[in-house]
Amino acid sequence: MQSIYKTFFAFLIALTPFMAQAQIDGEFVKPRSGKFLLQNATVHTITKGVLSNTSVLIENGKIAQIGSSIQAADAEIIDCRGMVIYPGMIDSGTTLGLVEVNSVAETVDYQEIGNFTPNMQALTAVNPNSEAVPVTRVSGVTTVMSIPQGGLFPGTAALINLVGYTPDQMYAGFKAVVMNFPSSARRGRFDRRSDEDIKKDNEKAQKEANELWEKAKNYHELTSKGATLEYYPEIAQLAKVVAGELPLMIEVNAAADIQNAIKWVADKKAKVIFSGVDEGWRVADEIAKAGIPVLTGPVQDLPTRQSDRYDAAYANAGKMAKAGVKVALRTNDSENVRNLPFHAAFAAAYGLGKEEAWKAVTINPAEIFGLADQLGSVEVGKVANLIVSTEDPFETRAQIMHVFINGYRIPLSNRHIRLYQEFLERSPALKKN
Amino acid sequence: MKKLSYILAALVGLSMQFAIAQTPKGSILIKNATVITVTKGTLENTDVLVQDGIIRRIGQNISAPSGVQTIDASGKYVMPGIIDAHSHVALDVVNEATAPIVAEVRMKDVVNPYEIGIYRALAGGVTVSHAMHGSANVVGGQNATLKHRWGSSNPADIIMQDAPRTIKFALGENPTRVHGRGNGIQPRSRMGVEAILRNGFSEALQYKKRWADYNAAKSQKGNTMVAPEYDERLQTLVDILDGKIIIHCHSYRADEIYMLINVARDFGIKKLVFQHTNEGFKVAPEIAEYTMGASVFADWWAYKFEVYYSTAFNAAILQKNGAITSINSDSAELIRHLYHEAAKTQRYGGMTDDEALAMITINPAKQLGIDDKVGSLEVGKQADIVIFEGHPLSSYAIPQMTFVDGVKYFDIKEDKDDQRQQVSATEMVEPIMLTEENHRCMQDTEHLFETANALFSLHNH
Repeated sequence: MQSIYKTFFAFLIALTPFMAQAQIDGEFVKPRSGKFLLQNATVHTITKGVLSNTSVLIENGKIAQIGSSIQAADAEIIDCRGMVIYPGMIDSGTTLGLVEVNSVAETVDYQEIGNFTPNMQALTAVNPNSEAVPVTRVSGVTTVMSIPQGGLFPGTAALINLVGYTPDQMYAGFKAVVMNFPSSARRGRFDRRSDEDIKKDNEKAQKEANELWEKAKNYHELTSKGATLEYYPEIAQLAKVVAGELPLMIEVNAAADIQNAIKWVADKKAKVIFSGVDEGWRVADEIAKAGIPVLTGPVQDLPTRQSDRYDAAYANAGKMAKAGVKVALRTNDSENVRNLPFHAAFAAAYGLGKEEAWKAVTINPAEIFGLADQLGSVEVGKVANLIVSTEDPFETRAQIMHVFINGYRIPLSNRHIRLYQEFLERSPALKKN
Repeated sequence: MKKLSYILAALVGLSMQFAIAQTPKGSILIKNATVITVTKGTLENTDVLVQDGIIRRIGQNISAPSGVQTIDASGKYVMPGIIDAHSHVALDVVNEATAPIVAEVRMKDVVNPYEIGIYRALAGGVTVSHAMHGSANVVGGQNATLKHRWGSSNPADIIMQDAPRTIKFALGENPTRVHGRGNGIQPRSRMGVEAILRNGFSEALQYKKRWADYNAAKSQKGNTMVAPEYDERLQTLVDILDGKIIIHCHSYRADEIYMLINVARDFGIKKLVFQHTNEGFKVAPEIAEYTMGASVFADWWAYKFEVYYSTAFNAAILQKNGAITSINSDSAELIRHLYHEAAKTQRYGGMTDDEALAMITINPAKQLGIDDKVGSLEVGKQADIVIFEGHPLSSYAIPQMTFVDGVKYFDIKEDKDDQRQQVSATEMVEPIMLTEENHRCMQDTEHLFETANALFSLHNH
């Protein structure tokens, strides 16, 4: 009897793989690491010119070699003849990973309750499995700033690479405390405050910012003298900005506000980055003089004023760069961060130029984030964030053929592509049979 | 009596003259361009002659008739004026959100020719836009097809008078939110949306019969029948049933698209275009077989739940399945670069240049019923033309000049810092809008909801 059971059990166990195969059709392709040799491409290094007929070796997640005759017998060879290699693009401002469906509140994690919440960590709420992640990275955007939104100090933003199963695996090494600088502008048409109320709100917010900064300063002075203070996570986080441990990313857009922000930071020792900067072109010289780098965009955006030229937003990045501002670009998007190359193309066409536009989505943000030794160009020793394209990836007709992030070869699939595969030729088509 | 009719005739004649005089028509010769006709191939080194607002000749070595200005377009690309099949440009209000059916409402009553958005659209090569009612109602108001004759102060001048009537329908989340959740009446679900449609059309059939009975009885001797009460709402539905109005239906999910196809077939309605249609790719064979196609976004998705299962390959799938497919903006921002939006169908689905450009020219023209007048560069058509620096499907393309009826309304070289036509006398300081409202499909419904701001989050259509 015992043996019958045993036989039956053995039979069942033997059956399981077949059952699994009956249920699961096809194969799932995962990102995979390894040693890859991208052979015979035109390599746009960004920092060291354009190298024709050149190969790039990826090993241990890094760019191991660049050259025309790399010997790597054990590497997986990827023929890139006729193609171009660029560094992965960096989007300097998104809510990617922090929201799945914007109108469904349950899926929105970029905004907390409260006006002063700098201790809120974007990185903790980034969903590594958001559908938007694979949708984004097949476009060649490999790295994004994910930024909390809302109050005066809404939280701490984080730079992430678009590969990994946990936020820590995705983390790319840069965080900044976000500040929404008190604004003299309207938020939009729905903003029906009177001019006077806007002025009052602005003054109130300015006062609040000053008071909080003073508190953080005191907190920092006391703790650096060894004082033990009560638990105050908000001020503790802002104190890191005062101490220069974390940069302050100031979202500021209207010209007058930009000027105020420049004044506000002048006597502060904090590392400051401006973001948004919609009207930067009006005060570009002042931003350049202050030496504050800028994360600007979206480029494909309406002018802030009715009287502005139609291309004010297209031309903004170019005008700031010409004035000497260090400019990086952002989409300020969540699900359509994939359009970063097209925003960059518009900036290029309307004054920034192709070369500077490429820098604005690669080496410039890497430098602004203090990661120029790791990201933003095709150089030996840097993180292997690379894209291979049939042509200039800013062109819509370009097809991105390969994407590497952290040295992982990324499967060029996502739900958009799978739906295309499923529905292009439906079966059944029109008739039932 | 005779005198009166003379005066009347004179008045009618005068007003007609007035109307003609109000629509400027230009003459121009564009030389040595790459001419993208969209329907008849792309011609190198070619000239286009426009006289009195009409394309007269396309060919080589055309010389300018006397008085016709010549534009040297060497190295430049010339294409038909871009047509946006879904916009809310130049509309003072968008939604009449008071009932599930408001077919009597007309957008041409709220056209604002001063809106700077018209000029901005021209700067993006758009010459015709379909200014639509919002999506708050199952059957919304009647839309206006506009020609971007920037500079007139008369709303009638920017309305394309020879375009057929169209009407807005809407399915799914927006009408169920406004009526079911906002007002506590049907429809609250997609079941209710279908019921509203079937009830409405059935009532319209009864209304039509009442008038037919009355009209038949009227000629009979000794008739005592009283005329039925006139109802503009039902009459408009009758006009839809009679094929006089093209339906443009806001829709996202495949099931609701399929539902409306079935309703339309049951009521013998053939003039039907789907708008947005994010899941159109799932029912592409049905859309191709039974409707005038779909007008879609190039890549928008995930801004609300009913567009979560979208694909940027939607337009390509629809096109390859034989559906008439256009790319629209529904946005004051996107309308400025529809050429770029169309180009995205090359990344997502490998459309050819002509296929991609058809999606913003001849295809939307078909869906608006104006393809005999505009939408391609052909002799005899109205001279709505754009000149580009760079191929219009390149990400680096820049529109240089835009013509409507042969009249130039945009020239990048003459673009001024302030292009507004009207500056408010009470406006001391010009407002700065940090997030200009790009999307207006649900505008004028905010009073129905507590969280108006959530309703107006950036992407809301």
